[in-house]
Amino acid sequence: MEEKNLILEMKDIVKTFPGVRALDGVNLKLYKGEVHALLGENGAGKSTLMKVMNGIYKRDGGEIYLNGKKVEFKNPKEAQEAGLAIIHQELELVPELTVAENIFLGREPRKGFLVDFKELIKRTQEVIDRLGVDIDPRSKVGDLNIGNQQMIEIAKALSQNSNVIIMDEPTSSLTPTEIDILANLIDRLKKKGIAIVFISHRMEEIFEICDKVTVLRDGKYIGEVKVEDTNEDELINMMVGRKLESRFPEIKHRPSDKILEVKDLVVPGKVENASFELYKGEVLGIAGLMGSGRTELAKTIFGLFKPSEGEIYVKGERVNINSPKEAIDLGIYYLSESRKDEGLVLGMSVEENTSLSVLKNITNLGLIDNQEEEKLAKKYVQGLKVKTPHIKQKVKNLSGGNQQKVVISKLLSTKPDIIILDEPTRGIDVGAKKEIYELISHLVDDGAAVILISSQLPEVLNLSNRILAMGENRIMGEIDAKDATQEKVMKLATGGDLN
Amino acid sequence: MTAKSKESQIIKLAAKFKSAIGLIGLIIVMSFLSEYFLTVHNLMNITRQVSINAVLAIGMTFVILTGGIDLSVGSVLALSSVITAGLMSSGMNIALVLIIGIGVGTLLGLLNGLLVAKGRMQSFIVTLGMMTIARGLTLIYSDGRPISGFDKSFRFLGAGHVLGIPVPVIIMFALLAVSYVILKKTPFGRYVYAIGGNEKATELSGINTDKIKIGVYAISGFLASISGIILASRLNSAQPIAGTGYELDAIAAVVLGGTSLAGGQGGIVGTIIGALIIGILNNGLNLLNVSSFYQLVAKGAVILIAIFLDTRSQKRD
Repeated sequence: MEEKNLILEMKDIVKTFPGVRALDGVNLKLYKGEVHALLGENGAGKSTLMKVMNGIYKRDGGEIYLNGKKVEFKNPKEAQEAGLAIIHQELELVPELTVAENIFLGREPRKGFLVDFKELIKRTQEVIDRLGVDIDPRSKVGDLNIGNQQMIEIAKALSQNSNVIIMDEPTSSLTPTEIDILANLIDRLKKKGIAIVFISHRMEEIFEICDKVTVLRDGKYIGEVKVEDTNEDELINMMVGRKLESRFPEIKHRPSDKILEVKDLVVPGKVENASFELYKGEVLGIAGLMGSGRTELAKTIFGLFKPSEGEIYVKGERVNINSPKEAIDLGIYYLSESRKDEGLVLGMSVEENTSLSVLKNITNLGLIDNQEEEKLAKKYVQGLKVKTPHIKQKVKNLSGGNQQKVVISKLLSTKPDIIILDEPTRGIDVGAKKEIYELISHLVDDGAAVILISSQLPEVLNLSNRILAMGENRIMGEIDAKDATQEKVMKLATGGDLN
Repeated sequence: MTAKSKESQIIKLAAKFKSAIGLIGLIIVMSFLSEYFLTVHNLMNITRQVSINAVLAIGMTFVILTGGIDLSVGSVLALSSVITAGLMSSGMNIALVLIIGIGVGTLLGLLNGLLVAKGRMQSFIVTLGMMTIARGLTLIYSDGRPISGFDKSFRFLGAGHVLGIPVPVIIMFALLAVSYVILKKTPFGRYVYAIGGNEKATELSGINTDKIKIGVYAISGFLASISGIILASRLNSAQPIAGTGYELDAIAAVVLGGTSLAGGQGGIVGTIIGALIIGILNNGLNLLNVSSFYQLVAKGAVILIAIFLDTRSQKRD
């Protein structure tokens, strides 16, 4: 009975990239009508496994069986035709096209040479009805909110008669109401016999939505458990390989002088009425979902957006910050959430990236002092334990964690006293994460003021002194870290009242 | 294992110097095809012919390294050329003439840079517009007629020799050396590469990227006007239609030299090699009595083949 319902099996999957064994003997078994969570820290190999499954990556070892037959997908299209749909974390919709055009993109019903719009709308309506949601097939996708856009992706998968749907962190940018709607929908898909792979970092969702969990750690298969037979602690243990307590260092916050004050800051469409204070020797956490305005607030302080109203005081003095250069001159440094797009010049070396912000200070008669530059790079490579063959190595060849350390080296080289870290541990492995936590601890000891933005609530809860909860472009509330729990912070962020 | 890594090292080395290898290969082939090719006189001739394009291409390298393009250099060359010629024939002091001639080109380059950096417009469109404007100004100033007949001191710049070496060649090598130092040794040069690699990250690192971008277009305009002056001096005449299509030869030299049109990768030495390849190709085909119509086809084909090989080797990385 069991084996008859087995849709997809991945066996002993191996995938290596230059210098990294991304997957090392991973197994995954998917049955009809089950929701299967794929759990693991960032960089554990979840996305790689999914990319191997649908043919984006060619595997170096192992086998994949679909309905008992060995399969070999050369590209995502073949996988799709065989009934495998993947919904990426960053949705792949064309915002300028309508809902109907998006769902049937490349497969439009035709009348001669032309698209049969009547038929297109009719079929789209059918799919949407099957989902049980209320979306107009004629509306532009760009006008829908993220939750509804996700529904369109699922509708697309349904319209292709997929029997396996992979959802990569589908809830990361949804509001709680939208998550409920998604959970309901998943339940209905399940009853239709569709198997769902659910990738998420949020424990509570896994216990609410999923039936089974497969855990990966550093590319290795740790095991498969039924949700009803396990608990949060055990899962974290499997994920991290050690007890949770050891993940975060004890940070000794000693808030002293007020170093930054933001008063009624407004950036139209991005930040509304933000006010807060930051003290030397503390970590101020900012929690909130993607799109809650937290990054925009940070970038405004860093001079990337122009506020229409409000005031910023640095060390008691009123300042106008018009560019990152001016911010850095004031002792502020912002670490972007997007390492590759905004953090590094990937084609340049470790050395060149490290020195970029202070290059002007290490010149001799206008020429770059190569010895000084080398010294600087070596100092940080050693201090932060950057794993690189040499400082002339291009940063694009380093792993995520080491790349992040290079960006942090660049940050530290300017000796800032207001440090804004936006998702500093995104996409990096467990070990490097811990090193970054410890670095934050050292910075605070040395009297720096740190703003920590993260969607990983445990990070914010464990490392902060105070926490600002952000939602809908505004600061919804502030809570002392000692009194904070995940529930309280989320409640604040979504406009709830703690009393 | 070691044999394999040695082999891959050789491949890497070959990839690094592929434009130089191409140049040497071309020289060897040409020396077999024409006995006149490897004479001192002919080599001198080639470098002198190359110098105009090379000076333009040096400026173009700065722009392309930031990920931009400058289509206006040919027209800016012509404008500087006729203005210099006009002022020279009016009997103005030569130093003043040169300052004005070079200043005009630099100013137009600066304007390009301002529109690209502050106006947030695409360099292709901005410099396409400037190309037309500069050509129009050239025709207005010269009334569409060539201006000729200059003072001996001015003729020296394009036609003179120092220790037997043509002055344009000396100017070219001087500019080459200065540009090399700027790109490789100064913070400005590093920022040029950084902007081409990742402009956003460069800005977030606290660099005034607008200033750097304005700078590279100004350099391109500056060098375009220098080549315009050399050209007028060499020909003893400034032609209002001079420099038409020169921007494409400059771009070809930069790309043949291994600089990526996407920005961030490449350099000035490659550009000179690229300019030499184009120059030798022109010269060689002339020596072989190939009709100039066929020369165009051959030149285009060489560029396409070179880029094709380059793209393939990059994919393998």
